[in-house]
Amino acid sequence: MMLITCPWCGPRIEIEFHYGGEAGVAYPENPAELSHEEWGRYLFVRANPKGEFFERWCHSAGCRRWFDLRRDTVTHETGSIG
Amino acid sequence: MLNTLAEPSRPDRLWRSVEPRRRYQVVIVGGGGHGLATAYYLARNHGITDVALLERGWLAGGNMARNTTIIRSNYLWEASAGIYEHSLKLWEGLEETLGYPILFSQRGVLNLAHSPQEVRDSMRRVQANRLAGVDAQWLEPADVAEVCPIVNVSPQVRYPVLGATFQPRAGIAKHDYVAWGFARAASDLGVDIVENCEVTGFDVRAGRVTGVRTTRGDIAAETVALSAAGHTSVLADMVGLRLPLQSHPLQALVSELLQPVHPTVVMSNAVHVYVSQAHKGELVMGAGIDAYNSYSQRGAIHIIERQLAAAVELFPVFARAHVLRTWAGIVDVSPDASPIVGLTGIDGLLVNCGWGTGGFKATPGVGWCYAHTIANGEPHPLNAPFTLDRFTSGALIDEHGAAAVAH
Repeated sequence: MMLITCPWCGPRIEIEFHYGGEAGVAYPENPAELSHEEWGRYLFVRANPKGEFFERWCHSAGCRRWFDLRRDTVTHETGSIG
Repeated sequence: MLNTLAEPSRPDRLWRSVEPRRRYQVVIVGGGGHGLATAYYLARNHGITDVALLERGWLAGGNMARNTTIIRSNYLWEASAGIYEHSLKLWEGLEETLGYPILFSQRGVLNLAHSPQEVRDSMRRVQANRLAGVDAQWLEPADVAEVCPIVNVSPQVRYPVLGATFQPRAGIAKHDYVAWGFARAASDLGVDIVENCEVTGFDVRAGRVTGVRTTRGDIAAETVALSAAGHTSVLADMVGLRLPLQSHPLQALVSELLQPVHPTVVMSNAVHVYVSQAHKGELVMGAGIDAYNSYSQRGAIHIIERQLAAAVELFPVFARAHVLRTWAGIVDVSPDASPIVGLTGIDGLLVNCGWGTGGFKATPGVGWCYAHTIANGEPHPLNAPFTLDRFTSGALIDEHGAAAVAH
């Protein structure tokens, strides 16, 4: 069970949160100009590192706000971003 | 006194332990069930024996040692029925093929439906299975109790059993024996099995993969075939290949040894539990995946708690059983819950990945097809639909319903 620090509510247990996958994936700026390959990459391909990962979490059973978290995918050590 | 006692004689090794040579025709990365089956069929079906199977730890010590050994082929789409049913047919003759006992037991699998929508989806899957030549039946709750008397089919529970699909030819096997059987047979045919040999990089020349760098030296190869399950992304990153995979822990557990109480395999997607009783007597249970990406090979206790709450409601007789141990394997989940087996767009490099929570059942089938792909440089008809390209073309093989987490 991980202890995750919500930027607004402080440290809470993992089951209060919802996972959102890789952080910083922006919607394409010019969607009409994207090739099939680029759409495929945007829709389906995300980083899957062993180690440091920047990801989205939502404090769904608390303040219900989304935030970014830096987490190690081997040790589960977490830290804030920036 | 002790010195006068002779040491007990060691049993013969099942496969040769070798120092890797510097060059092979084919290098397979990953010494799990899929890699072993691939090596075996490369040698047996295609006569290619200049093969090294590289394993970073010990043979079959990853997901092959951690799965719940369920074997079935009742998926929804024709493409899936093709490869999973081919695999099931190979399982049916595998003891004879390998000349090694694997305790393959066709005790049937029940996939429970707990809601009217699940009932409709399950009936649809039964019909699709029959059209694809896969044995499948729809059972009403009373028939479910007939097949597996310890399932609670009372309408009073939180998730009542409204019926189930039943595949009588499904079953379980002894995972270690499967690995050892393939390893012995592949080794006898000339394949080099190299343990404690981690791939740390690739040699790429003019856009072509020409070999691997390992903790036991560089090894050149005409073809490098990845078969590394949850660690596939780590390897692919080394050559700049981005794959649509996310790695998650998948947990399982066993009880202490019990008298035979559970005659079949029961799976429930809705409550995320699947359970059978191993030959030795343990109840073997799988849970859902942990939601976040992780390579830690351990999961959170609340997943186990939820799984056991569901299990005890479905099987009241389990309430007095004790958990002996829990563990997790790292599974590589693809966006459509179907595998990726074939070419990568990089010459000399092939992938077999994305089996997510359900790779064990496919072991002989994917070994057969992946070996064909390696030998011919193009996919076997049964793995041709499972391309990497489908995430560009949109020809997805959506098996979330038949796989869910409970593959």
